[in-house]
Amino acid sequence: MDIPKIKLKLMYEKMIKIRYFEEHVRDLFAAGELPGFVHLYLGQEAIAAGVCTTLRDNDYITSTHRGHGHIIAKGGDLNKIMAELYGKSTGYNKGKGGSMHIAWPLLGILGANGIVGAGLPIAIGAAFSSKYLKSDQVTVCFFGDGASNEGMFHESLNIASAFNLPVVFVCENNLYAVGTRQSEVRKVEDIAARAGAYGMPGVVVDGNDVIAVYEVTKEAVERARTGDGPTLIEGKTYRWRPHFEGEPDTYRPREEVEAWMSRDPIARFRDLLINQNIFTDNELDEINREILAEIRDAIQFARNSPLPAPEEALQDLWA
Amino acid sequence: MRELFYNQAIKEALAEEMRKDSSVVLWGLDIGPYGGANGATKGLYEEFGPERVIDMPISELAYVGMGVGAAATGLRPVIELQFSDWITLASEMIINQAAKMRYMFGGIMEIPMVVRAPIGGYLSAGPQHSNCFESMFSFVPGIKVVTPSTPYAAKGLLKSAIRDNNVVLFFEHKKLYGLRGEVPETEYTIPLGQAEIKRTGKDVTIVTYAYMVHLCISAAEKLAQENIDVEIIDLQTVDPLDEKTILKSVEKTGHLVIVQETWPDCSISSEICARIAGHGLYYLDAPIVRVTAEDVPIPFSPVLEEFVLPSESKIINGVKRALSS
Repeated sequence: MDIPKIKLKLMYEKMIKIRYFEEHVRDLFAAGELPGFVHLYLGQEAIAAGVCTTLRDNDYITSTHRGHGHIIAKGGDLNKIMAELYGKSTGYNKGKGGSMHIAWPLLGILGANGIVGAGLPIAIGAAFSSKYLKSDQVTVCFFGDGASNEGMFHESLNIASAFNLPVVFVCENNLYAVGTRQSEVRKVEDIAARAGAYGMPGVVVDGNDVIAVYEVTKEAVERARTGDGPTLIEGKTYRWRPHFEGEPDTYRPREEVEAWMSRDPIARFRDLLINQNIFTDNELDEINREILAEIRDAIQFARNSPLPAPEEALQDLWA
Repeated sequence: MRELFYNQAIKEALAEEMRKDSSVVLWGLDIGPYGGANGATKGLYEEFGPERVIDMPISELAYVGMGVGAAATGLRPVIELQFSDWITLASEMIINQAAKMRYMFGGIMEIPMVVRAPIGGYLSAGPQHSNCFESMFSFVPGIKVVTPSTPYAAKGLLKSAIRDNNVVLFFEHKKLYGLRGEVPETEYTIPLGQAEIKRTGKDVTIVTYAYMVHLCISAAEKLAQENIDVEIIDLQTVDPLDEKTILKSVEKTGHLVIVQETWPDCSISSEICARIAGHGLYYLDAPIVRVTAEDVPIPFSPVLEEFVLPSESKIINGVKRALSS
């Protein structure tokens, strides 16, 4: 494995950040501290971390309703993400968007999105911009298995390949769209098989293997960056939590959930790093401790931050 | 002064803005070598090439969404829908994405996107090719909606729409593409949100827009022969409404007739009624009269379409009704 150690460290840090952030959000939400809804990324960390470690700061991503992982992995500020979840004026969106709409274009984050599949047309637009402006930026579009049945998925893939756009489509197939098992509403098992219908390469990858995700994405990103067009990557994964916090998860067999949780992508990566003598237990524990402190700081920051003035609700509509 | 057809005026606006600003790009169905179904982009492909004048597949949802993404990342796309009736397919990207992104992202982003589309009937084009959907999008915060009635207005308003850093829907009327009118050769723009008084009068105010402006002007000439002096306000932009101009006129005349090609319920005319009822009730000497389409889809057979849509005689009757109550 010839991935530089610094990239491996980055992947590990991203995964731990996401894991600890989401675990804390889970508990804060249960305690009634967060308004609205949250959709947690627990269990899917390897995809966000593996993909975003291949990207530059000025590459674009579009995200989903389950977007905390993407935003953290793209370099989002934990304080500003947490404050946004609390609806505070110090959040990325000044409290206007909340969990499903966090955006920060300065890091290429073109927004989490509350509409399933809506990131796909927006992503091809960003990819068009880069191509037109000759900037060699690449756009990564995250979406789920449910989104692959939306018309906008099909339309966007067709346009991406027809115009050879620098976009990488990353499908996080966690087998369920809310409470619907996808095998009941989609005949084709591998979403990546749809790539051929649109004239682009399609790759299936173990979405819980951060190295595999990294390597497959790196190749796709280079392909896009050098003008060779789009790719569809499908990461097989699983969400540990229900669709949203508070939802009774009655639609997934307990054994299935437990089986996936026992194949923890972080534990797996940690084992690999130690077995290959890349890091020691102590070094990784130290990283964990530092990140835990950052998460706790973010929560304090959010708690201590002011709410927006109510009249701010009338601002920011027009440019 | 030279005259241009409405579609030529649109083309000239596009060409001038594209020459001035390389971030302006166009896409839509058949807008390249074909020149657009209504000739509004004729010659642009030859001047600006396939990189800036792009033919799309029939995927309105994705190609309008692509405009949103491009606008969010530094470009100024001006996107054509071949018929505004198909805006329904792109509604998700316009309503839930473009209109909301700046606001829900806390003001960190701009979406300088224009969507151009032809509206309207009087062509026996049938129920799915004769719609006017301006009311549906005026309802949504974060969108501006423009309805030019002349070649002069089309050019001036389109230039403003392209330069605006917000989401603008630019609804051209199919019956007007072949209308000739004076268009200066010197640079000019018309601000969005500003109505124009097409005819001053003292007896009754007609508020109208798009193709209806011309029917109202003909009706006013006939009414003048009966000593009824009509003031005509062409809204030009239906969202935001130029409420000030409307109120000032109604204060003067005391009578209001709203002439609108499309259905009455929850429409631009309804909004005007609400504004007058709230801010100018005591200016009125009589109830407001609305002349609109009948509340049915626009039928195909010419005799049926004529029955459904406004006409000069219906406008004349509407004015007389307003003055007699």
